[in-house]
Amino acid sequence: MTSLPSPAPGAKKLGLVIDLDTCVGCHACATNCKEWNTSGHMAPLPDQHPYSAAQEGVWFNRVHAYEAGDGDEGRTVHFPRSCLHCETPACVTVCPTGASYKRAEDGIVLVNTDMCIGCQLCAWACPYGARELDEDQGVMKKCTLCVDRIYNETIPEDRRVPACVSTCPANARHFGDLGDPNSDVSKLVAERGGYELMPEMGYQPVNRYLPPRNASSQVKTAPKEAGPLPSQITNPLLRWMDKVLSR
Amino acid sequence: MKPAPSIIFFTVASGAGYGLLFWLGVLKPLGLLPASSLFGATAAIIALALITAGLCSSLLHLGRPERAWRALSQWRTSWLSREGVAAILTFLPATVFLISLAHGETALMVPAGLLSAVGAAVTVYCTGMIYASLKPVKEWYHPMVAPGYLLFASFSGASLLAMLAIFWGGGFFPALVAAALGMAALMFKRAYWASVDATPAASTRETATGLGFIGKVRPLESPHTEANYLLREMVFRVGRVHAAKLRSIALLLGFALPALLFCVAIILGGGASWVFGLLAAASALAGLLVERWLIFAEATHTVALYYPTQR
Ligand code: SF4
Ligand code: SF4
Repeated sequence: MTSLPSPAPGAKKLGLVIDLDTCVGCHACATNCKEWNTSGHMAPLPDQHPYSAAQEGVWFNRVHAYEAGDGDEGRTVHFPRSCLHCETPACVTVCPTGASYKRAEDGIVLVNTDMCIGCQLCAWACPYGARELDEDQGVMKKCTLCVDRIYNETIPEDRRVPACVSTCPANARHFGDLGDPNSDVSKLVAERGGYELMPEMGYQPVNRYLPPRNASSQVKTAPKEAGPLPSQITNPLLRWMDKVLSR
Repeated sequence: MKPAPSIIFFTVASGAGYGLLFWLGVLKPLGLLPASSLFGATAAIIALALITAGLCSSLLHLGRPERAWRALSQWRTSWLSREGVAAILTFLPATVFLISLAHGETALMVPAGLLSAVGAAVTVYCTGMIYASLKPVKEWYHPMVAPGYLLFASFSGASLLAMLAIFWGGGFFPALVAAALGMAALMFKRAYWASVDATPAASTRETATGLGFIGKVRPLESPHTEANYLLREMVFRVGRVHAAKLRSIALLLGFALPALLFCVAIILGGGASWVFGLLAAASALAGLLVERWLIFAEATHTVALYYPTQR
């Protein structure tokens, strides 16, 4: 059903919190996502002409890089982009078949690829570019929040997080219940001023991004030029002068 | 947005078909069209053929056309689903209308014609709302988009009807309607373009990334070196190079010239006027193909904000 569920107050809102301060843009999350999901719930994630020019394929997560601001305040920011599991996602309501749906129990937005007709209207309706067509099967694919990992009792409990989160070497990705104000992720968002993308679209994304820390709040004294070590100064007079002046 | 030929053909052909059905359903019961039952049946057959061809073409756009029937289920939320339901329901009165026209059954003709007209208008409105409800596309999420679909469909349908009625020697009234709608469509489209061009997009690279608090945001590196589905489908920008010229072509060919030619046909009357009617209708459809191409080519999707500006 493409009508959105009306979640009970306090219902789970599973999502990701992505730390733009620590993300190093290594693409490990995107790669591990592709690796897991190409045999996961929405498998496969096909590639077109993988071994020749113009190779491309379906990815659920794509890591951009931006420059923001100028001069001392300017920053380079690595920016992973994936489905934000919005609370009021038009990608679901526009779907004519009921293939797209939002789960009432945890808010995950999924596609039933057995019902999808590949009309692609949902991809048009997503402001964030989070849906990509599987051109082999003619059906729509998207991030599942690793629904096949997070509830998977056949893997150790500490691994029951989305593949992108488990692999991030910079610990820039966090997973949890953003509907619970006392969860670790909610506290992290509150503490760091986490924000949503394009709030003006009104889709109410669940995922949050943690801003890069303010460059000007960091210690800003000009780096000192390192002098030679006393042992490197061979001239005895200069060594003596260095000793006196260094006091 | 990528102008997919299957969708452009679909919206122009079925739009004209529904427009023709609409005017036939309204004007025929009022007795403002040639009385010949051959005329009525021909017009209805052309309308249904255009509608059917358009709908078939829209199926080509689907990744899984064999599952298309599933699209009828979600009419509670989806305008695409509503369009499908409305299109299929409209076939019922339209078929009765066609039969009653062919047999000159006036008693059936009036209700069937009016119901067909309602169905045609509802279906085209649903088509318009598919686009008009897509927030990420500023050029579509605009109050003039759905009325525009209705106006252009009724204009192209009236043009076809006028052409046929002129063939049958009774084209005065429909040609007048078509000429008036052509002028209305011209002014409407100009007003729409003026409004869209003057409205800044709600979203920017700064809101898309949330990094606006640092300063201006510039894309540094793309996530991928090659194209992908998103870029091909939603970051299509080739059309805008020639947008200004194409806009003029759409206005002249689509609306101004047909309106003029229909006026000439009315004034000339009699023998040669059918040539002008034919040219007018052909020009209207050709111009609408350009107009529809522009609707896609000029549309910008917010996902483009994440990528470096494409050429
Ligand atoms: S990010 Fe896009 S695909 Fe994901 S829920 Fe929101 S609108 Fe839908
Ligand atoms: S592409 Fe599939 S999931 Fe998306 S709107 Fe169409 S039928 Fe629904």
